[in-house]
Amino acid sequence: MATLVIENLRKSFGPIEVLHGIDLELASGEMLVIVGASGCGKSTLLRLVAGLEEPTAGRIILDGRDVTRLDPSARDIAMVFQNYALYPHMSVFDNMAYGLRIRGLPKAEIGRRVQETAALLGLEPLLARKPRQLSGGQRQRVAMGRAIVREPKLFLFDEPLSNLDAKLRVSMRAEIRRLQRRLGVTSLYVTHDQVEAMTLGDRLLVMHLGVPVQLATPMEVFDRPANTYVAGFIGTPAMNLLDATLTAGGTAARLAGGTVLAFADGRREGEEGRQLTVGIRPEHVRLEAGGMALAIDLVEPLGSETVLLGRLEDETLLSVKVHGAWTGGERTQVSIPPASLHVFDSRSGLRLDPVR
Amino acid sequence: MERRTIFAGWKLPLLLVAPQLVLTFVFFYWPALVAAYESLTRTDAFGIHVVFVGLANFRDLFADPLYRAAILRTVEFCAAVTALSLGLGLVLAVAADRELRGRNLYRVLMIWPYAVAPAVSAVLWILLLNPQIGLVGRFLIAHGIRWDYALNGSQAMLMVVLASAWKQVSYNFIFVLAGLQSIPKAVIEAARMDGARGLYRFRTVVLPLLSPTLFFLVVVDLVYAAFDTFGTIWAMTQGGPAQATQTLVVKVYNDGVVNLDLGSSSAQSVVLMVGVVALTALQFRFLGRRSGT
Repeated sequence: MATLVIENLRKSFGPIEVLHGIDLELASGEMLVIVGASGCGKSTLLRLVAGLEEPTAGRIILDGRDVTRLDPSARDIAMVFQNYALYPHMSVFDNMAYGLRIRGLPKAEIGRRVQETAALLGLEPLLARKPRQLSGGQRQRVAMGRAIVREPKLFLFDEPLSNLDAKLRVSMRAEIRRLQRRLGVTSLYVTHDQVEAMTLGDRLLVMHLGVPVQLATPMEVFDRPANTYVAGFIGTPAMNLLDATLTAGGTAARLAGGTVLAFADGRREGEEGRQLTVGIRPEHVRLEAGGMALAIDLVEPLGSETVLLGRLEDETLLSVKVHGAWTGGERTQVSIPPASLHVFDSRSGLRLDPVR
Repeated sequence: MERRTIFAGWKLPLLLVAPQLVLTFVFFYWPALVAAYESLTRTDAFGIHVVFVGLANFRDLFADPLYRAAILRTVEFCAAVTALSLGLGLVLAVAADRELRGRNLYRVLMIWPYAVAPAVSAVLWILLLNPQIGLVGRFLIAHGIRWDYALNGSQAMLMVVLASAWKQVSYNFIFVLAGLQSIPKAVIEAARMDGARGLYRFRTVVLPLLSPTLFFLVVVDLVYAAFDTFGTIWAMTQGGPAQATQTLVVKVYNDGVVNLDLGSSSAQSVVLMVGVVALTALQFRFLGRRSGT
């Protein structure tokens, strides 16, 4: 168990900077999920922490020790790779024992620890098999076991579930969370899957184009997205983002179609006419007679709920999530409850909080 | 994975494979059959009388201490060439597999020796090693080493081993490099994360994953050393001095073409053919078993 501190970490590949200064602090035993679209630099960040890439600038401090320039073998970090990266010529037992043998542990101790870890993961019957004789889920478990058995200071997960089928992914997700809690090892987990991010992390780091955009608990990221990118990235279906302007006095937003939405939580700074982007999650849009007219283009039934994709009168796209099946017609009327409104500055994309 | 083209008749396919079949027949099966027949005969010095002698040529051959010495010499030669060329190829491929400046140029240069004709490469080596005019040869003599491969059998052997191995390094280099590149990067990274360093990592992860490639190369190199080195050896030493570099192929040529003992020479080439078939069969069995699992 250890703390991890990352200070102003930067990485360039040739003239292209892919990480523009990352600062992070992980408490001992914390699980931080780094989430972002592909190419946002999240995997690079993980590989820098692992030592598989050299940072251009910045420091990585693990458990009080500066490891920035250390070889991966000297860092005491274990990593679970996306494609598992098991040693194909070794049995499951040897895969797990490899790191322990390098550390020169006595044979009996190695045997005991591998057996314990195998029991933890239900791998005991597979210890003699080679990786190619295992299913995808089993390989995933072995990769986990290889990381766990070493009792490292830090776990790194590089999209470990992305090669599994949907059902297995859900169960492995829960299992990873359980194991991480139980072992209490500080962990960094990289994923592009926002559901994984929401369910696994103590905290989330949302990254966009090499810049950390928001670092907060999953619920905070969901409830108070720091900018329009996070707002659109977290949550399915994505949050509706509508163009609007600030009204006189800063007490409300006027949508392009003319509808005025009063802010429930207070006044926003700025002159009348300031360009805003207001966000409303599809599940927060209400069906209400007498509201804005919505022409429905597409109905997506998801079982317990249904997503309606439609257009407002001024052709603005709006999606609405309703419970159960949709029995209405091709037209309906909707309203936006002010309490569920997210307000952003449209130029910077940043969240606008009410003035105190 | 399998791609099949179905031809309606048999004329077009036959026409398409005919050139290859004709070449194989004229340059391989026919000479092989003639050799097999001649190995059972004895021809007089003028080529007028041919007598069928059964297996007498083979009996004489294996009773001949010179032939047994040539077998031993060939085994040594093949082992040395294989070890040297494979070892060098491995080292160079590992070096070329790293991130390094001018990597592509380096790789291209590494492949060139393979394209050099055996006789040309032999001349190159002679120009380097000749005790009177060779750069290295003169250097050795200047430093008090009695270097003369025309007189010293061990030195001659060393020279033909060097020249033969040099030509095969390229081949090994390409295959080992390809083998190295087919090892998933993540597996190497996993080993680094597990704490494995340099040589230990190479020995426990890279080498085992490379072993099918290496086995293939051992067989290819052995076959190369046993058969394809004739040009190099003949151009350099003609098997001399005093048969010190006379491997089995050189002896076949010497006895048959130079000394005109066609029966014995044919018997020797039949023995060689059996050897190559055995090696190839071994390789096919091994590769077949691996891909079958």
